[in-house]
Amino acid sequence: MTTAPPPSLVKRPGPVRKLNRAVDERFGSQAALRRNLNKVFPDHWSFMIGEIALYSFVILVLTGIYLTLFFDPSNVEIPYNGSYIPLRGVEMSRAYASTLDISFDTRAGLVFRQIHHWAALLFVASIVVHLMRVFFTGAFRKPREVNWLIGVGLLVLGILEGFAGYSLPDDLLSGTGLRIAASIAQSIPVIGTWASFLVFNGEWPGDSFIPRLYVIHILLVPGILLALIGAHLGILWHQKHTDFPGPGKTEHNVIGHRVFPVFAVKSTGFFMLVFAMLALLGGLAQINPIWSFGPYDPGNVSSASQPDWYIGFLDGSTRLFPPWEFRGLGHTVPAVFWPTVVLPGILFTLLAVYPFLEAKFTGDSRPHNLLQRPRDTPARTGFGAMAISFYLVLWISGGNDVIAKTFDISLNAMTWAGRIGCIVVPPIAFTVTKRLCLHLQARDREIAEHGIETGIIHQLPDGEFVEKHRPKLPPVPDHRRVPTDRVALPAGENGDAKGGLVRRAGKAVTGFFVEEEDAQGTPPRESTGESPDQPAGRH
Amino acid sequence: MSDMTASLGAARASTHRRRRSSAVVLLLALAATGVLWTAFAPRGTAQSTPDANEAVRQGRALYLQGCSSCHGLNAQGTGQAPSLIGVGAAAVDFQVSTGRMPLAAPGAQAKRKDPVYSQTQIDQLAAYVDSLGGGPKQAVVTRNALDDADLAQGGELYRANCAQCHQAVGAGAPLTYGKYAPDLSKATPSQIIEAMRTGPESMPVFGPGQIDDASAVAIAKYVRFVTEAPSAGGSTLGKYGPVPEGLLAWLAGIGGLLAVCMWIGARQKV
Repeated sequence: MTTAPPPSLVKRPGPVRKLNRAVDERFGSQAALRRNLNKVFPDHWSFMIGEIALYSFVILVLTGIYLTLFFDPSNVEIPYNGSYIPLRGVEMSRAYASTLDISFDTRAGLVFRQIHHWAALLFVASIVVHLMRVFFTGAFRKPREVNWLIGVGLLVLGILEGFAGYSLPDDLLSGTGLRIAASIAQSIPVIGTWASFLVFNGEWPGDSFIPRLYVIHILLVPGILLALIGAHLGILWHQKHTDFPGPGKTEHNVIGHRVFPVFAVKSTGFFMLVFAMLALLGGLAQINPIWSFGPYDPGNVSSASQPDWYIGFLDGSTRLFPPWEFRGLGHTVPAVFWPTVVLPGILFTLLAVYPFLEAKFTGDSRPHNLLQRPRDTPARTGFGAMAISFYLVLWISGGNDVIAKTFDISLNAMTWAGRIGCIVVPPIAFTVTKRLCLHLQARDREIAEHGIETGIIHQLPDGEFVEKHRPKLPPVPDHRRVPTDRVALPAGENGDAKGGLVRRAGKAVTGFFVEEEDAQGTPPRESTGESPDQPAGRH
Repeated sequence: MSDMTASLGAARASTHRRRRSSAVVLLLALAATGVLWTAFAPRGTAQSTPDANEAVRQGRALYLQGCSSCHGLNAQGTGQAPSLIGVGAAAVDFQVSTGRMPLAAPGAQAKRKDPVYSQTQIDQLAAYVDSLGGGPKQAVVTRNALDDADLAQGGELYRANCAQCHQAVGAGAPLTYGKYAPDLSKATPSQIIEAMRTGPESMPVFGPGQIDDASAVAIAKYVRFVTEAPSAGGSTLGKYGPVPEGLLAWLAGIGGLLAVCMWIGARQKV
């Protein structure tokens, strides 16, 4: 739309132009369309991680709609009569039987089921990586705290949604997970039993949990997710995207590509690649083979019964927590209450209030549109590393039986390593990360003061050897940015659109960790500046 | 005196007569025995008794050479290995045919490996241990018994009795202190049934009173099915479910898509 059409089309408008005119004549949409298509997005690669979550969600909705056409959310028991021979004649719920039918007797049913499940794992995983990007670059700071809160809400709901889906097929694995969830609900003091009765409509397992889960999984949670995603993107659109500091970049502008055509084309291509990755996983790697586990029976359980990865850290905390049970005032608080209710309660509360805590402790109440590099905020980066290492120890402990079996380690040793590790490792991670940040800062200062090492050694007349340092080039505005280390390379090595795929990707990664400075000799980008401080009505 | 002589002569004559008659009886008896022997002599099974003894003897020789250093010269057990009196031929066949015995190295649990003894030698060892005091017999699973077994019933019994340790599709899982319920993918039907009947290592005994022979064969059939049959949906990722699935989602899914992000992010030229 922004490119000039060939002269032949100016006189006779094409169908798109005609449609646009027709819509504009009725709704007056032309100004808004032009404004939004000219919206500028910065193009650092790490800003695309959230898009993985968005596209996974789209795939989840599309594949989920297909699955609802064949899934029968019913607890009613029937004998199976489908094509999976080892279960013929076995009594099972309609939910499980219909999931078997989707897997074996529905056209493309299995690959849709598998893509759906892989997309769920990727949805939550990409939310977590996106959250880490936002955390480590300080993108959550004022004025974006509300979007941070919405993001935390999306993460929690994504986990809940995934767990509801995992529990629907009513196979032995999902039933085991649901039984644990019921026990966790019962472990809450005073209200636990009533909460469990309310959720499961009576004593476990009851006969109504599948229809209830189904409503939660296909209507309630996806509806809230969709609304929150809309709010998340709407706020982003309104507040504009943050960017790393660089030449020409200030707290009051955004430099990047317009929505149309570059950003739209890039995003469409990226959507296709996310879909391709999910199709590859769904087509090549088996996920949740429900026929292997058999129908759920409260008397049965399989070893190595694990939840999907995003619940794994709670499984791990439960495995590590000592069997401490408290009794008093006529109530029992079972051990499972602490690692499965209290711990995630604390973790997610801390996560949600972190922007406010940091603002309080640093006394920083100014709005920020420029990001920080992780090394520039050693304490925050250290806290992040501490949280991640704690989470990782719990996560690994959630699969400690599989790890013990695979690597021939005693399960008891794994449990004790996890118990000690979740206390000892996080402080070490904090200290090491903070020192590393300070060291990188010192290195930056040294380069600024003494220049860049050239690797050229000179011998002075008195015999002393010295290395020649090249002074750091002063920033040249309005020129393309190249990482500092590239500036130091001989000519011909520093063109940042040249080189192979691996080299270009390598530069993109380097740019995330290494200070970016200006180089010469490239034309300005097709870019524009927008001022976030201007009232929205200006656009 | 003459009386004495006469009576002596008569006695001598009667003795003579008796001797002659008893010789005839003896001859007749011998002939009859010979005839009866030829009539009733057991021909076919004549060799079994000496051969069974021979198997026990051979088994004992193998035992003394390969097993007695731990289990004792009379299989009575020692401080480092249990008594084998009454464990039965099934235990010997299971332990030796799966290569667990002789033990490669002392540890938390005997590992499965290629068997050291041939099946004939295993049968001889089994015969020797059986001769010490009975116990469960070696399992013989025929093709027909496997074909007739009910796969779905085997699956239900497997999930109720075996899956909590051996995992839903027999992939195995760890127990405490380095012990484990082994992977069942290499277990033959007879080994599966012998393990049920004898309860090796940490495994409980599932006797014929709990699981009858037909059901045991059905369980073995189910185990063979889930470990052998190709599973739908692509690579099984070690059959451990959500743990390897989560790992692949992070390494391939997130790792691959982050690489894609960097690739797209690196394309600055419009």
